[in-house]
Amino acid sequence: MDAFWTSRVMSDILGGLTNGVIYALVALSLVLIWRSTRILNFAQGAMAMLAAYVGFAVLAPSTNYWVSMAVAIVAGVVLGGLTERTVVRTLYGKPEINPVVAMVGFLLVLESVAAAIWSTTSRSLPTPFSIIDWQLAGRPVAMSPFALYEVITAIVVMVVVAVVFQFTSLGLQLRAAALNPEVSRLLGVRVTRMLTLGWMLASGVGAVTAVLVASNYFTGLTPTTMDGVFAFGFIAAAVGGLDSPVGALVAGVLLGVAFQFVGDYVNSNAIILVALGLLIVSLMVRPSGLFTRRTERRV
Amino acid sequence: MIGVSGLSVAYGAVQALRDVSFEAETGKITAVLGANGAGKTTLLRTISGLVKPRAGVVTLEGQTLTGTHAEDIVRRGVGHVPEGRGVIGEFSVEENLRLGSLTAHRGRSGRREALERQYTLFPVLGERRRQPAATLSGGERQMLAMARALIAQPRVLLLDEPSLGLAPLVTADLMHTISELCAASGLTVILVEQNAKSALRIADHAVVLYVGRVVANDRADVVAGDERLRQYYLGLVE
Repeated sequence: MDAFWTSRVMSDILGGLTNGVIYALVALSLVLIWRSTRILNFAQGAMAMLAAYVGFAVLAPSTNYWVSMAVAIVAGVVLGGLTERTVVRTLYGKPEINPVVAMVGFLLVLESVAAAIWSTTSRSLPTPFSIIDWQLAGRPVAMSPFALYEVITAIVVMVVVAVVFQFTSLGLQLRAAALNPEVSRLLGVRVTRMLTLGWMLASGVGAVTAVLVASNYFTGLTPTTMDGVFAFGFIAAAVGGLDSPVGALVAGVLLGVAFQFVGDYVNSNAIILVALGLLIVSLMVRPSGLFTRRTERRV
Repeated sequence: MIGVSGLSVAYGAVQALRDVSFEAETGKITAVLGANGAGKTTLLRTISGLVKPRAGVVTLEGQTLTGTHAEDIVRRGVGHVPEGRGVIGEFSVEENLRLGSLTAHRGRSGRREALERQYTLFPVLGERRRQPAATLSGGERQMLAMARALIAQPRVLLLDEPSLGLAPLVTADLMHTISELCAASGLTVILVEQNAKSALRIADHAVVLYVGRVVANDRADVVAGDERLRQYYLGLVE
């Protein structure tokens, strides 16, 4: 049994899971925003990064991890709302290229601003749990207390988002505003407010993600911390289906595990190649995503 | 009483409504009839606040509704069942109804009671409460759309082509339901229909639109008996 947990295959699965939940969270943020506003938020990673800076750099050095995490989440939520009210609101109903250009531009602005304020020097974040892998019979298991905390936090975030959307009146209105804004207005739903709230929620999820990423990775927190993770999360969202939160989560985790195997058995340089190949194939074969049901829209 | 006065609406250069005025009496059914493109849907969309008029006002019990946002007009007691019903197909029957209940009912128990009242009124919806609305038949969807508007306890109900795509028997049933609702609750109904025959059967009053203008505004039986209107504007040739 011990040999099983410390085997090469299990190490890849556990390591992949830890990365995969992060991709899943990034993908979830993208899906939340895509579903409600039909905008691909290319600045999602940068917004999350900025929130992490607010939580961990502004409060430093008297940093209590949990206080900083809470501040980062609040900063993310506020930044999401502000972004929707200022940048995004001008993009509704515009040609599809406009939001793409605007959000990529916004990404560059945020990364430059962060670099100007906090410099590009990496800073390491405190971790609330040990990052040293557990041992079984003298051999390491590819899971540390911190990695487990990461996985659990991701699951908690997903469950909270799912409960809000499925079981609350707010969630009902958020979904309705996304599916049919006009009918929603006729039923009294304040659609513009729902769009703002959707961005706030997605950006809050992003802030949690950035804090986890910056404390786990060798890179620490830099203005470009989220770039790589964002690319993989984006691919997960595209493969799983931009309209399907469940698809995004499943695709995120599967990609994480698959990349780990590729990195271990092939070459870590092959990961990006496989990732892009997967994206191209999935866009060709199932452009709407693996998990999007193509139900006929009858309204 | 809900009324429009001097209402003009344009989409760009296209004038959809010209100087439209009429009143719909409380507790009565007012049919708005006319051919495709007469401006019937635009009229309802203007009343419910989705479209801003170029000129004119909409009043409810003497108070101006014009300029109020659609999401607030429903809170003032005007329910609008849009053309094509506007049922959210991805939602279950119950989710559609819950969405409709949010403005008028506070708290879980209050909403549950309101839902149960609609299920009593439309038993078929109760049987299918967990089903996605997309799986309902046309008639059932119309029931759902009406129930979803009624659950918000409107004083005025705007119905846009409820008979569209329904079999004649289902239409007859539906018209019967509408007139019963009206008689039982003192609801004011503005019923837009291309199907003039079925609408005139239950309406108290009728307004006929022709390319954006009112060409007749009278008791329903008078409109139904007017040979000129029947032939030229309503397409009711025996």
